Amino acid sequence: MDDLRNKYIDLIAGASDEGALEDLRVQAVGKKGEISLKMRELGKMTPEERQTAGPALNALKDEINAALAAKKAGLADAALNERLKGEWLDVTLPTRAMRQGTIHPISQVTEEITAIFADMGFAVAEGPQIDTDWYNFDALNIPGHHPARAEMDTFYMHRAEGDDRPPHVLRTHTSPVQIRYMEKHGAPCRIIAPGRVYRADYDQTHTPMFNQVEGLAIDKDISMANLKWVLEEFFSAFFEIDGIKTRFRASHFPFTEPSAEVDIQCSWVDGQLKIGEGDGWLEVLGSGMVHPKVLAAAGVDPNEWQGFAFGMGIDRIAMLKYGIPDLRAFFDSDLRWLRHYGFASLDVPTLHGGLSR
Amino acid sequence: MKFTLSWLKEHLDTTASVDEIAETLTDLGLEVEEVVNPADKLKSFTLAKVVHAEQHPDADRLRVCKVMTNEGEKQIVCGAPNAREGITVVLAKPGDYVPGIDTTLSIGNIRGVESHGMMASERELELSDEHNGIIELPSGEVGQKFTDWLAENDPAKVDPMIEIAITPNRQDALGVHGIARDLAARGLGTLKPLAKATITGQGACPITVTIDEDAKTDGCEVFAGRLITGVKNGPSPQWLQDRLRAIGLRPISTLVDVTNFFTFDRNRPLHVFDADKVTGGLRIHRAAEGATLTGLDEKEYTFPGGQVVISDDNGVESIGGVMGGLSTGCTEATTNVFLEAAVWDRIQIAHTGRALKINSDARYRNERGIDPEYNMQGLDDATQMILDLCGGEASEVVIAGEVPDTSRAYELKPARVISLVGMDIPEAEQRRSLEALGFRLEGNMAHVPSWRHDVLGEADLVEEVARIASLTKLQGQPLPKLPGVPKAILSPLQKREQQARRTAAALGYNECVTYSFIDQKAATLFGGGDDATMLANPISSDMSHMRPQLLPGLLRAAARNQARGFTDLALFEIGQAFHGGEPEEQSLMIAGVLVGRTGPKDVHGASRSVDIYDAKADAEAVLAAIGAPAKMQIMRGGEDWWHPGRHGRFCLGPKKVLGTFGELHPKVLAEMDIKGPAVAFVIHPADIPLPKKKGATRPALVLNDLQPVERDFAFVVDANVEALTLVNAAQGADKAMISDVRVFDEFIGGSLGEGKKSLAITVRLQPTDKTLKEKDIEAVAAKIVEKVSKATGGQLRG
Repeated sequence: MDDLRNKYIDLIAGASDEGALEDLRVQAVGKKGEISLKMRELGKMTPEERQTAGPALNALKDEINAALAAKKAGLADAALNERLKGEWLDVTLPTRAMRQGTIHPISQVTEEITAIFADMGFAVAEGPQIDTDWYNFDALNIPGHHPARAEMDTFYMHRAEGDDRPPHVLRTHTSPVQIRYMEKHGAPCRIIAPGRVYRADYDQTHTPMFNQVEGLAIDKDISMANLKWVLEEFFSAFFEIDGIKTRFRASHFPFTEPSAEVDIQCSWVDGQLKIGEGDGWLEVLGSGMVHPKVLAAAGVDPNEWQGFAFGMGIDRIAMLKYGIPDLRAFFDSDLRWLRHYGFASLDVPTLHGGLSR
Repeated sequence: MKFTLSWLKEHLDTTASVDEIAETLTDLGLEVEEVVNPADKLKSFTLAKVVHAEQHPDADRLRVCKVMTNEGEKQIVCGAPNAREGITVVLAKPGDYVPGIDTTLSIGNIRGVESHGMMASERELELSDEHNGIIELPSGEVGQKFTDWLAENDPAKVDPMIEIAITPNRQDALGVHGIARDLAARGLGTLKPLAKATITGQGACPITVTIDEDAKTDGCEVFAGRLITGVKNGPSPQWLQDRLRAIGLRPISTLVDVTNFFTFDRNRPLHVFDADKVTGGLRIHRAAEGATLTGLDEKEYTFPGGQVVISDDNGVESIGGVMGGLSTGCTEATTNVFLEAAVWDRIQIAHTGRALKINSDARYRNERGIDPEYNMQGLDDATQMILDLCGGEASEVVIAGEVPDTSRAYELKPARVISLVGMDIPEAEQRRSLEALGFRLEGNMAHVPSWRHDVLGEADLVEEVARIASLTKLQGQPLPKLPGVPKAILSPLQKREQQARRTAAALGYNECVTYSFIDQKAATLFGGGDDATMLANPISSDMSHMRPQLLPGLLRAAARNQARGFTDLALFEIGQAFHGGEPEEQSLMIAGVLVGRTGPKDVHGASRSVDIYDAKADAEAVLAAIGAPAKMQIMRGGEDWWHPGRHGRFCLGPKKVLGTFGELHPKVLAEMDIKGPAVAFVIHPADIPLPKKKGATRPALVLNDLQPVERDFAFVVDANVEALTLVNAAQGADKAMISDVRVFDEFIGGSLGEGKKSLAITVRLQPTDKTLKEKDIEAVAAKIVEKVSKATGGQLRG
């Protein structure tokens, strides 16, 4: 029996492929294989003989089967290794191209502004870009002859012959949204209104279209001191610099009284502007307490309600924050500019995660 | 508005420095735009004395001078003819910058002789155009600073000029006196009262004045004047010329300079007629259409009709309150002058100025408003100045109309001021501020001074008080937080806009922000370009119409990028487009364009031309992101700018179009200068129905563990049968069991013959209660074939 074992173990070890291995299996443990035949002979044996030969033959059969399986696995591994040796790729080759999209800075900054003001309880309101001269001017206490009208470089829409209404305008500021919002929702309210505005001006620092955000907070006892706090909190959050100071300067806007132009603290070092440090001031927005006539025009009782409003250039603060030099390029859609100044699709500004990367 | 420090000090008794004054003006709302201090460029120069002068050995016109300076005796070569022993000169030393020749001096060597500086002429120091010789001073010590000498002897030359911006409400600050009043109210000095002249006229004014009835309303309130005979006109005195020059005005003659002086000193425009050139009386009336006048600026103006003008028997002689006429203007030869002081309707002045495009100092002031109550006193004050400077004899005043009554009063509510400003300004201080600004308080009623047209209510009093108290001192106070965690504040549409934007960027599109106005040609190609969306005053013909769609702006952007060498583009924009000229005729759109190839050519051969299925896939992704229903119909019949056979619209029923995708019409692409293939999509986010369900809970997940089975079918159909028809038919064969139908192959023509195609689908069957047996599957398959054949006329491919 040992001879039989040694013979097959050696043969299996020497098998060179799966075919030879199968032949050996048939020869050893197949139906008519040598070991199978030996097992048939067990019937002819005496019980005593059978008691030793039976288990031995079974063990031999198991051993041969195991050797066959192990050899088979070894042969498969060897074949795979042989195949993998030939499988080589140049991993330095470039990948299939994937486009990288970007978010425009105006959209990104608008979302940043929205995130900050939402935390202070401000909703987002919108209004039409073509508006009546009533909403754009009269309701904001700018009557027809007011010099402020001429100074605003207003774009007017064509008026068909026979239509005697005053021509509509492309809104010169986001302030008409104040009126539309209060007309609909009344007081108290806290809103911002970001959007496109238009003025007939085009040079190094002006484009005929730009983006503004209006702010409006109306309640029983809101004061200009609250406005200052809101703006300082906003600038600190937006520029991600603690404790940015603002300076209020008396000014005049027909729709606010008192009115103030607001400067933020800055320094100029070697032609480089730095926000939130130094003793320079940079004018960033106009603001004031909403004029009683404006509240009344929007159907809100000025004896009962008061509050502040401000208007700020979105493009301008985007330029300041992200160091973008030229306003005109915002609207040129130059792919190089969009890629350089744009933001990744998943860079959603949040207060908990930080506004900018 | 420009003025000088010395001019201001005529009205304000103050010791404040220029810097303090400038800072205070800005804080008061009179924003300083520029301070020009002529002393700045002169401060390095000192006085010196020529102790010896001799001929240059090598140059006829040069002299070698020994000059005593504060640093001892220096040798200076000088070419001035008046360089001689004994004169006191202004010295520029090596290292000094000389403004008139834009040079920083160094030690020179002029024809072999060293020169240690320069003795300056007036032109070299930009003091005047004088350059015939070097400055010779009549006094002064060696080493004294030249600016100190000027301050003592010729202060106008070192008088700082301040320019401030005037907001439309501050007509009172258009005169130096008004500016001084503001500064005094802030406590930066004491306002000096104006001297009031009293003129007793000799005899009636021979020139009569009348106002036509139709010019009385909204035209001319009051027109007063008087004749001054026997004046001697000529150059005005040096002090007056200096003042006018310092603020950029050209002195003309005494009479004219007096009117300009009152314009800037008191915000009191005046006009002088040469009385000898006036024929008959003066009549204020509305101009006839087509009437003409040559103005003092020597330009001829033609009146559209209705402007308020002043005529004599010869016709129009002056545009009331805007500009005088050339033919009756004063010259050096004028001996008899008619001086006019009038109050005009402000709106009328604005209209006239705009119609004639005249921007004069008079219009600027009369349009913003002058002090009507000063009209008669101003006439006397100016008369006095003319009499003082030109001599002559004044007649009595002739007057038409009446000085308007502007008196009004508003209640000062001190507590309200504190509540609005958020600053604790004591009541006494509030009252003091108003009184200093000329308000008269009777109890709490504040009577508005006649020079403040802008104060029209209580709120204006608050502004005045706050302004004088200084907003710079304002301290922020927290805005009360709303209780609890901040609520979501975006509307569904605003949220959609953000989702769409981030999805499009994630799909590889670059966001653009293009102008809302485009050229008419592009607008017309995209369904716009009509009069309703046209600007009346576009800034250029490229920006003449409101965009009817976002696509033309994106295509123009794509063309610009192609011109820069970028051929493969994915651009998108989200914004308003305008289908009319009314406020409600705007709608939010999302548009994307793909131009060129999917990417640069690559080693994997993955790059290919963009096609409509790219646009469709991206549109579907954006639609899904913003909550469009999963099942939408795809219909044809989109607008003309799409390729007629290669576009589709995402619809909910035939009228509800959520968006469109497709190839752009080749003609449109050619017109827009786009090279290569271009596909696009447009989505209307507002038209997507809002979800009906409230709350965040999702329906329970139903999982089925029975083995699904997939079967493939190929049908031969007419080439114009749409895949979706076939898919829907197959789906309808057993809605419960068929969980998915996918098209996986399309084959057109070939052995199938002309006009035929084969569409192959995989149908996935998901049993719900028991494992499928072959006969169940065959039953469903037969039903699918039947349904598809019925819907498409197609046959199962053999």
